[in-house]
Amino acid sequence: MADATTPTITRRNPFANEGFWLAMLGLGSFLLLWYAAVKWTPIQAFNRLPDPLTVVREWLSPTPSYGISIFTADYYVHILYSTYRALAAFTLAILLGVPLGIFMGWKRSVHQYAYSLFSLLRPVPPLAWVPIAILLFPGVEPAVIFVTFLVAFFAMTMNTYVGVKAIPEDYFRASACLGGTNTDILWDVIIPGAMPSIFTGLQIAMGAAWFSLAAGEMIAAQYGLGFLIWESYNLIQYPTIIIGMATLGLVGYLSSAAVRMVGNRLMAWREQRLGTGG
Amino acid sequence: MRDMLDLNSAAAAGKPAAAGKVSIRNVSKIYDPEGARVVALDNFSVDFAPGDFLAIVGPSGCGKSTLLNILAGFDTLTSGEVYLDDKLLASVDRPLAPGPDRVVVFQQGALFPWKTVLDNVTYGLMKQGRTPRAEAEARGIEMLKASGGLDRIAKSFPSQLSSGMQRRVEIIRALINDPKVLLLDEPFRAMDTVNKVTMHRHLLDIFRISQKTIMFITHDLEEALFLADRVIVMTTRPGTVKLDIKVDLPRPRTREMMASDAYIALKERTVMAVREEAQKAFERGEKEMA
Amino acid sequence: MSDRSIIIATHDAGPSAAASTAPGAAKPPIRPRRRAWPTFNWRGLVAVVMFFLAWQLAVTFKAPGFHEIPGPITVVQTLVSDFLFTRSYWESWLISFKRVLLGFLFAQLLGVPLGLVLGSSRRFNRIVFPVFEMMRPIPPLAWVPLSILFWPTNEASIIFITFIGAFFIITINVYDGVRSIKQEHLWLAHSLGASQLTIFRRIVIPAVIPSIAVGMTLGIAVTWNVVIAAEMIASDSGLGRLTWEGYVSSTPPVVFVGMVSIGIAGALSTLLVDVIERRMMPWKRKR
Repeated sequence: MADATTPTITRRNPFANEGFWLAMLGLGSFLLLWYAAVKWTPIQAFNRLPDPLTVVREWLSPTPSYGISIFTADYYVHILYSTYRALAAFTLAILLGVPLGIFMGWKRSVHQYAYSLFSLLRPVPPLAWVPIAILLFPGVEPAVIFVTFLVAFFAMTMNTYVGVKAIPEDYFRASACLGGTNTDILWDVIIPGAMPSIFTGLQIAMGAAWFSLAAGEMIAAQYGLGFLIWESYNLIQYPTIIIGMATLGLVGYLSSAAVRMVGNRLMAWREQRLGTGG
Repeated sequence: MRDMLDLNSAAAAGKPAAAGKVSIRNVSKIYDPEGARVVALDNFSVDFAPGDFLAIVGPSGCGKSTLLNILAGFDTLTSGEVYLDDKLLASVDRPLAPGPDRVVVFQQGALFPWKTVLDNVTYGLMKQGRTPRAEAEARGIEMLKASGGLDRIAKSFPSQLSSGMQRRVEIIRALINDPKVLLLDEPFRAMDTVNKVTMHRHLLDIFRISQKTIMFITHDLEEALFLADRVIVMTTRPGTVKLDIKVDLPRPRTREMMASDAYIALKERTVMAVREEAQKAFERGEKEMA
Repeated sequence: MSDRSIIIATHDAGPSAAASTAPGAAKPPIRPRRRAWPTFNWRGLVAVVMFFLAWQLAVTFKAPGFHEIPGPITVVQTLVSDFLFTRSYWESWLISFKRVLLGFLFAQLLGVPLGLVLGSSRRFNRIVFPVFEMMRPIPPLAWVPLSILFWPTNEASIIFITFIGAFFIITINVYDGVRSIKQEHLWLAHSLGASQLTIFRRIVIPAVIPSIAVGMTLGIAVTWNVVIAAEMIASDSGLGRLTWEGYVSSTPPVVFVGMVSIGIAGALSTLLVDVIERRMMPWKRKR
């Protein structure tokens, strides 16, 4: 307990980056355990899984046994398909969710109209929409994007709404009594004031989008990483399953990191507050 | 500190205050008239002349903030009228919109955290749309400089400043619009004593130079007596005028005056009134909790 | 004394109160603050009615995309006539609920202690956290194939995927909760000579309860989402399967029946979690 939370009073550390070595230890033991479980235990359940060495070899092989590695074009086609769907859904969610959230926070009547519909639709998990989406839209592609969009949209709208609600009343008043019009209030108070919350929403939405996308692709798509994972299972190409999972994790992580970076750039005023410890 | 404001550069220096006459006539404010019916202001009347420094004192919840909100245009009134320079400003039929002739300095401070000091200061000029940006920024820098060399922090964000500096910037942001009335809503409430003393001197300097009509809301009687020409003690809810006292201490005010007989006599007269109302407010609070 | 005041109070609030103000009362009395009932949200009702109306109209007039979609009335008819009074429908409910519950419970049982240790022990954190962070971005449903391979029964694999869905969220929330404990509290406890165990029990656990609650709220929503998808992908039972079955067998009303049921089930479990959370945090209860 005390180790992690009491601040070490800048005690000189004998090993310059102990953290790095411990992380390596952790990752190393994880891989070793995995390998040992698959290769050396007599437990059937483990033996069926691919071991890490095989996976890495397959992943980096110019001539992969199951057709997917960093040297094959198909690998990148799957990545591009997934990225395209995630981005399309994400962009749509921003374009519709942010304005809706802003108006819900700003105008009481909009909130009253929208809130009841939200309460009606929100308990239905986004993935339950898949069959309806397929019925509603011509073709599978828009259906998968729609389901992905849906989660991101809820996250965007709710976070924007909360962000606008959290802006102190005095900022609105200050703008008004200095001569600001409603448009000025929108641009000078509401949008920058809700920005931190909007970016929280973006990060949640990005995570949720990948979550739904993977499932949507497994259920109903022709390309994409979710499809790759499921297809590899059906074709008994087990190492490729892990390649797909790892890639999905990596792409998801990178997109969240990108959102974070843009957010920090856009909110320099906030960054500096943290910097000075105020 | 005293001579921090450069007299030459301040726009309205020496000019007699022509504008800024406020009349509040029989103003009442009832919240939720159909249901709980909370009477915040009851038949409140007061007149103040151009260039008056008026302080309004009262226990919390006495409706002094409601009064300020009505003047500023943030709230409507239930009956009565408000005149500014003999022109009808607000009545029941004519709800009032906020405007740059009555600028508020807020209790919690309301500098936009996402704008730099200079952008905050020039905000009013830019939004009223009569001033080109370059000119507005020149004015802003000039005002900041006149206020004790604040131009050196023009590019900082508010969160990088001390609370005292933030208040000074906010006052400049109000003054740059040349308002007829400056409305100060307990602006120094959250400050420690040392900072408060500095800010009082700063505010008195600004008052001396700009000759603005100031309405200063506070629950601190000493602060009110030290700063104002006139102190109005409000009753607890429903808020009316309990006591209207002229503070005829000479200006410029100094801390030493607070030990003078005249000051102590004034304080004795007002302190009882404030205590009575505070006690009433407390007892009502007890009752409402029960 | 107290009796008297009660009598006075009832007298004031009684019907005579209005009449008694007339003589001598210079000012209108301030009535006691009436309990403010939330005013009914008419706009919300309008929006919901409009929604169903638009849906029905789109179906009736065969708007693009609505050729195969049943209207709300058909859906309710199907629900009542074909499902509500059948055993298999309620069995689907039961199965899905059981999966959600088990996955959620296992996630709590493993996630809460892991979060506590990750936040408390620096060394453990440095070893385990990188692996944890590596696995976290992998969407839960991507675990479906491995889970089927690994677990002997379909049931176990679905529960495992459900567990994965809630596990990372719960762990990370508890971990954040531990890290946000105020240093002052720990120093104070230390300087008062509290043992590690006491500190853990008296400071860490109460401080972390709100984070556990947040993790529960988020976790239960994700759990339903995951169960539904997992059932669609790889099961022959449960509400998710019911929905998917409706699609596969080209009976769209069944799809909607499934969705409505899932929505109600999800809302019910959220309600349940709310009640538990309120029990856990009596200090947040409103007066």
